[in-house]
Amino acid sequence: MTANQHRPFHKPRAHGARLFLAAVLGALWSGPAAPQGAGGQAPDTMAQRMQACTVCHGKEGRATNEGYFPRIAGKPAGYLYNQLLNFREGRRHNATMAYLVEHLSDDYLREIAQHFSTLDLPYPPAQTIGAARLQLQLGAALVQRGDPGRGIPACVACHGQKMTGVEPAMPGLVGLPRDYVIGQLGAWRTGQRRAAEPDCMASIAKRLSPQDVSAVAAWLSSQTPPADSKPARQAKLPLPLECGSGLQ
Amino acid sequence: MRITVAKAKRSGLVLVAVLAALAALVWWLNVRGEAPIAAQRSGGAVDAAAIARGAYLARAGNCMGCHTARGGAEYAGGRGIETPFGVVYAPNLTPDPETGLGAWTEAEFWRALHHGRSRDGRLLYPAFPYPSYTKVTREDSAALHAFLQSLPPVHQPNRPHELRFPYNLQASLAVWRALFFRAQAFQPDPGQTAEWNRGSYLVQGLGHCVACHSSRNWLGATNGDDELGGGLIPMQHWYAPSLTAGHEAGVGDWSTEEIGALLATGFSPRGTAMGPMAEVVYRSTQYLSAQDVRAMAVYLKALPQASVEKELVEPAPADLMRLGAKVYEDRCAACHGDRGEGVAKAYPPLAGNGAATMESPNNLIKAVLHGGFPPATQGNPRPFGMPPFKQVLSDGEVAAVATYVRQSWGNQAAAVSALDVHRAR
Repeated sequence: MTANQHRPFHKPRAHGARLFLAAVLGALWSGPAAPQGAGGQAPDTMAQRMQACTVCHGKEGRATNEGYFPRIAGKPAGYLYNQLLNFREGRRHNATMAYLVEHLSDDYLREIAQHFSTLDLPYPPAQTIGAARLQLQLGAALVQRGDPGRGIPACVACHGQKMTGVEPAMPGLVGLPRDYVIGQLGAWRTGQRRAAEPDCMASIAKRLSPQDVSAVAAWLSSQTPPADSKPARQAKLPLPLECGSGLQ
Repeated sequence: MRITVAKAKRSGLVLVAVLAALAALVWWLNVRGEAPIAAQRSGGAVDAAAIARGAYLARAGNCMGCHTARGGAEYAGGRGIETPFGVVYAPNLTPDPETGLGAWTEAEFWRALHHGRSRDGRLLYPAFPYPSYTKVTREDSAALHAFLQSLPPVHQPNRPHELRFPYNLQASLAVWRALFFRAQAFQPDPGQTAEWNRGSYLVQGLGHCVACHSSRNWLGATNGDDELGGGLIPMQHWYAPSLTAGHEAGVGDWSTEEIGALLATGFSPRGTAMGPMAEVVYRSTQYLSAQDVRAMAVYLKALPQASVEKELVEPAPADLMRLGAKVYEDRCAACHGDRGEGVAKAYPPLAGNGAATMESPNNLIKAVLHGGFPPATQGNPRPFGMPPFKQVLSDGEVAAVATYVRQSWGNQAAAVSALDVHRAR
């Protein structure tokens, strides 16, 4: 952990820059970027710099909901920054990600997070179709109400009523690949994935049974994300648990 | 019969005597030149200037690279260094009295750096690169000691090494040192400029460049006759190119500015720091003063260049080149250019790039498999990245595109096989 990671996020850059970015993204949509020819120049953009991310996370970090790779476009910048730090500092384990971010500075990771958080791209249609009714019921119940008897808070209490995340650091979960959600909850349970203390998600994941995990993943991946999939502005306080990742 | 017994007894005695003499020799070779530790300068007042200089020197030696675990407290140790003989865990350098260097005097610290001996008299494993650090001056050693003693103490017990028999024995280490290590001071060359000598001191001493850029024998000792002649980094499959051969990373025909740019920023018009070298730039050389970077560049540029006979390369089969060309067009050309020309300040050229055409194809394969960013440095704070292709390209496709790069646009290097790729995965 480093000293200046508590620094607040910069506001997204000026609208002109965003428009320009959007224009560049549009141009990139049909294929890899084209810094042309000998003596040519690469577009001086974050999109061009982040070509490294596209093979797995899709162009512009959009991904699909079919494979294992999570969408990163439009996630809150604080969440993305925390994850980049966690990969670099060994709190999350993925050899590919750790290698990519190993020699990147806090400032650059913050800018990378900011870049992907500003992308506003449509979601693909829901992935999971025809999950068992009882499983979906259990998933919906856990997401919307939790299970107070077992100390499991509702997912929506932190991740937003629409489950599209909450600024500055709670990720949206709708539209994520089912396998990814199962993989992550499993990693929280075994300590393979960690966050800054107090590690609220680790405490919650350890209270979930394997059936709970499957049900939540099935329900989340069978939802069609709402038209406005932006993270909510503010969480309803107090949060059900003390959480270090909001401040990380 | 009696004669035979007497003979056997005699040869037994001779054997014992020889072994005892050898042991004595090994012991002597291990302690020669070591002055007794006197309680000198210990805990004395150290001024802020010495601490600041020590901090700078710790960067030059990249102490943190090994002595800080991923996500752990700075200099508190715990990182495991994998070697062919087992794992060596870097110890805690913070001044915690129980688990760190809190009780170490300046003289004891100097002895570790110069003679490779710990405070309790035990021999240190040369994963701690004292075969290089032995050339660090006493004055610089004292500054490093002052700096480390100024750090916040972290209570973190050292993790014992996990070395296999017989490498885990002090006696084995004593034999190794008798064969391959001799404490020595840095010898300036009066026939060279002060700048060259400063570069020589940094490269040979704290920089410990030889730890990677030299081949090692079966006991892990670097090859003294071929210093900086390149070597495969143990366990990592990265090849640290020769600094004395122009077709690898020999920089004889680079300008000192280009060499300096690579060391200071990780990026130069001639090549980019990647893999383990990215770490060196990120944690160490980017923090060096412009004068020191230039001194290292001057020294490296003046290294005697080995003459290499260019062997004729057998052209790769046409179908391999065709597949390689297709993968290149789909995955690489957009950034590296149709003719491997690269893009200034963003993507390194592949035509004429030594890293792509060295005899060992490992680094090229690694680059394709793992992609990566050059290090984010003050001089190149927002580097352009390359995607990792290991998820989407098969071993055969990686081999084909690597072969295509090695045999196009004037590049001439041997074809790469799917087995080469498989081994590097």
